[in-house]
Amino acid sequence: MKRQLQEIKEAVEKVLSGAADLEALENIRVEYLGKKGKLTAVLKGMGKLSSEERPVIGAMANDIRSFLEKEIDEKKAEISKKLQDIKLKSEVIDVTMPGKAQAMGKYHPLSQVMNEIKDIFIGMGFEIAEGPDVEYDYYNFEALNIPKNHPARDTQDTFYIKENILLRTQTSSIQVRVMEKQKPPIRIIAPGRVYRSDAVDATHSPVFHQIEGLVVDKGVTMADLKGTLETFIKELYGSETKVRFRPHHFPFTEPSAELDISCFVCGGEGCRVCKGEGWIELLGCGMVHPKVLSNCGIDPEIYSGFAFGLGLERVAMRRYDIDDMRLFFENDLRFLNQF
Amino acid sequence: MKVPMSWFSDYTDISGITAKEYAHAVTMTGSKVENIQNPGSDIENVVTAKILSIKPHENSDHLVVCQVDTGDETVQIVTGAPNVKEGQIVPVAKHRSKLPGGVTIKKGSLRGVESCGMMCSHEELGLTAADLGYEPEYGILILPQDTPVGMDIRDYFGLNEDIIEYEITSNRPDCFSVIGLARETAVTFNKPFKVKKPTFTEKGDNIENYISVEVRDDEKCPRYTAKMIKNVKIGPSPKWLVQRLRACGVRSINNIVDITNYVLLEYGQPMHAFDLRDIAGGKIIVRPAAEGEIIKTLDGIDRKLTSETLVISDAEKAVAVAGVMGGFNSEVKPDTQTVIFECATFDAVSVRLAAQRIGLRTEASSRYEKGLDINNVIPAIERACELVELLDCGEVAGGFTDICAEIKPPKNHDFRPDKINAFLGTDITTDEMSDILTRLEFKVDTEKMTVTAPTFRPDIESEADIAEEIARIYGYDNIPTTNVSGAARGKKTFVQLSRDKAMNILTSCGLNEIYTYTFTSPSVFDKLRLAPDSPFRKCVQITNPLGEDTSVMRTTALSGMLEILSHNYNHRNEKAGLFEINKIYIPKADKNELPSEPEMISIGMYGGKIDFYDIKGICEKLFDNLCIENVKYKAVKNNPSFHPGRTAQIVINGNIAGIVGEVHPDTLSNFEIGVPCYAAELNFTEMLKFINPERKYKGLPKFPAVTRDIAMLIDEKVLVADIEEVITSSAGKLLTDIKLFDIYKGKQIPDGKKSVAYSIVFRASDRTLTDEEINKIFDKIINNLEDKLNAELRA
Repeated sequence: MKRQLQEIKEAVEKVLSGAADLEALENIRVEYLGKKGKLTAVLKGMGKLSSEERPVIGAMANDIRSFLEKEIDEKKAEISKKLQDIKLKSEVIDVTMPGKAQAMGKYHPLSQVMNEIKDIFIGMGFEIAEGPDVEYDYYNFEALNIPKNHPARDTQDTFYIKENILLRTQTSSIQVRVMEKQKPPIRIIAPGRVYRSDAVDATHSPVFHQIEGLVVDKGVTMADLKGTLETFIKELYGSETKVRFRPHHFPFTEPSAELDISCFVCGGEGCRVCKGEGWIELLGCGMVHPKVLSNCGIDPEIYSGFAFGLGLERVAMRRYDIDDMRLFFENDLRFLNQF
Repeated sequence: MKVPMSWFSDYTDISGITAKEYAHAVTMTGSKVENIQNPGSDIENVVTAKILSIKPHENSDHLVVCQVDTGDETVQIVTGAPNVKEGQIVPVAKHRSKLPGGVTIKKGSLRGVESCGMMCSHEELGLTAADLGYEPEYGILILPQDTPVGMDIRDYFGLNEDIIEYEITSNRPDCFSVIGLARETAVTFNKPFKVKKPTFTEKGDNIENYISVEVRDDEKCPRYTAKMIKNVKIGPSPKWLVQRLRACGVRSINNIVDITNYVLLEYGQPMHAFDLRDIAGGKIIVRPAAEGEIIKTLDGIDRKLTSETLVISDAEKAVAVAGVMGGFNSEVKPDTQTVIFECATFDAVSVRLAAQRIGLRTEASSRYEKGLDINNVIPAIERACELVELLDCGEVAGGFTDICAEIKPPKNHDFRPDKINAFLGTDITTDEMSDILTRLEFKVDTEKMTVTAPTFRPDIESEADIAEEIARIYGYDNIPTTNVSGAARGKKTFVQLSRDKAMNILTSCGLNEIYTYTFTSPSVFDKLRLAPDSPFRKCVQITNPLGEDTSVMRTTALSGMLEILSHNYNHRNEKAGLFEINKIYIPKADKNELPSEPEMISIGMYGGKIDFYDIKGICEKLFDNLCIENVKYKAVKNNPSFHPGRTAQIVINGNIAGIVGEVHPDTLSNFEIGVPCYAAELNFTEMLKFINPERKYKGLPKFPAVTRDIAMLIDEKVLVADIEEVITSSAGKLLTDIKLFDIYKGKQIPDGKKSVAYSIVFRASDRTLTDEEINKIFDKIINNLEDKLNAELRA
């Protein structure tokens, strides 16, 4: 019996080495180790053995069985791996081919920049206020300390609907509406469309967008104005950007300033873009004029505030190196898809 | 405003300051420098030289050979100019010199004779006759006999100097003058500042013997002064004066006119010179123009006036438009002998409107309209008299006409240094504030703690203005930067968040956002094929539009969308899917009310294999993700812009909220689009009312669903919505879902019929459904479909 067992072991080892696929392997397993297999058949004859021999042969048979099972498993793993290798090799694709995806639309570049600016100010505790495009003269001019016949009205060539109704020339009109309704503390930005009677060219458009900001509370100072806008500029243009505040004049702020940033091309050395000045004018700002506060029912002896306004198109043009404002309103997909 | 830097030396000391340093410093105190010019910067190595001898050229009839003394050497120059003579002083461009326009002059030989440079004409030096103050003869520019030899020509003509150009803000009329800018300069650099009081001698006679002045409107003309100059000798102005005018961009005319322009620049006070001969009746009357009165202004143009415009007239006719421009009839002429100088104050608004009405903005009107100092009139007219004496071009007659309304004393303001520091966020001492204000010629009373602004500063109205004066001279740079104190939470409103979400959904659907004009042409209503009485044609109109194509506020966003689709189609973008969220403007019945401005979502698509259901699918996705339920689509046949069979009105809870459909082919051709387009216009403002974000979790199903398919033949006119309505109402609570999976017309289907197939899904939350239960419901559905819609079940 010992020999028989030994023969079986050797036979299996032999056929195993020749087995090429999983099916052949399974056949071998059934032939030798299966219920009706050769090893089983040998073991069935164990009853004839003496009681001394039985455990010895039994142990040997079990050893051989587990040895063969292990051998078969190993062989199986080997063949599986080989087969998988072949399969994987046959599945090679060109990963440099373009990807497939559900088409995804894009936000207009003006919206992208607008959203960025909104996010910065929301992070600084501002809310967003909105107001009508078609506006009363009062909100656009008069309440902002620009009475009838003020020369500032000339520079903002206004589209009129009626004598006292116009297309807003600045989103500062929203300032007034907010102050009329809300008691300080006020911390808002007011983005929106504005209209000026400028003929269309590369740098002018009769419709463009402004973002106006307003902070009113007790004890708001010009130092706060500087700090707030510096934080904003550094968020928008990077922390290396230098900022300077230069005296200017606006009817609705006093003191007034224009904010220049160090030229993004030359970094302040002076170049063609900044006309050799090293600075680029970015926005207008100032402390809210006491007349404007009292026009809106806020006592300038108790409260103070600052306001600022910047043009969205300008920021976007600079951000993306766009040299023609008309592109924004043409909406050519070859343009829109670049952002 | 342009000023040569050297002019400031008349009033203050700016020695040792470069133009660049200067520009930065004054910019930071509020006089923004636009640019720095140096007109002589392209001239090099050109000097004044004396022609010592002129000999004929050995090889040429028309050339001559000159020996020229350039101060440090004698050089030989060959010239063909006809006007040179021995002993003359001329400009010579030496060997290795530069002239305007990038011209370089080098030694060379002309027909075999060496020439070491070039004698120059005024044009070659970049000068015009106006720059010189006279018309030179043709050829080389001959300089006066007393010109020093060897002088750099840039110095001779005052070209070698920095001219500063400022941007002056409208609140600072005082800075539209050299004196005003000199004052700012002095304060900026903390240097002394002084304007010399003009002096002159009157030579008998009296203006009152010749002229009487009457002011009929002292609100529009609060002050009118006049001086008379006799024995006038009209001629060119001296070089220094011509050069200063030139540097400021003013052309030299003749000595008298130049004096008025010089005073305009120096004092910022416009003046006018009349020829006494042309003042009929010896009367100057300041009066409103007669309605329709015509005056020919100095520029030779006839201008029709209205009674709102103030004129200066004589006994018969208008001789000037007050504060704007003098009349052609009374201008100073070469033979003028007696001149009347006018120096007056006119009301700012009145001048501004007058200039606007006649469409003429002059140096004078642009100053008057900002509001000039009534106290500046006297020094200005005295300065003119002083200049007459200095230029020796006439005699100042005695007497002085000064018709002046009451001058209001300047207002006192509280001076509260603590308040100013609290406002600026600074810690400036009272002494420093007081010093700054005093240097700016404000009167500070530190006992009463009051400040009084000088009369040339009409912009100073309140404490905030005083704070600005202190801040700008102290330096905005020196103000600290702090953060606003107090916590605040930034957030967006429900509308803003919903708008953001809508944009997000639409871009996720593959649409690109666009920005269109919100005003448009009234002709778009025709392009959209709207009926003549369509309510969309009632729109807000702009009274002064740029053009007809931007003259009305839009009442629909559809036209803007179609225009952009058209642009893209005509630029060969093969497909497009676009959206915009923006306003339309609906006028109210009461014209004094502002229009309503609802926000619309417009969607437009063309190209690719899209159909109605693609754009409808986007609308559905939008409503679903915005949490808007109960949306119905009703076929509309009569919207003229859209396809009569492929358009639906969108109804939310019974409220019309928009339209979606295929654009009518005629509309498309009106917009020059050659492929089918699909468009939707949804009223976002209306939609907002139906957003219901409150959603509650429903437990995941524990029991299996049962799906049954049903196919029926039905009249082709029956709408899917009607079939679904029958199925839904018949199926009861166990119905979980119905899915349309096939619609078929054609082979094997009788004419006028269609085959429609659905998967119907049932589920109970508490048990597994039995076939029996389902069969019962299914039978009911079939019966109802047969009864109500005449459907025929297919095997």
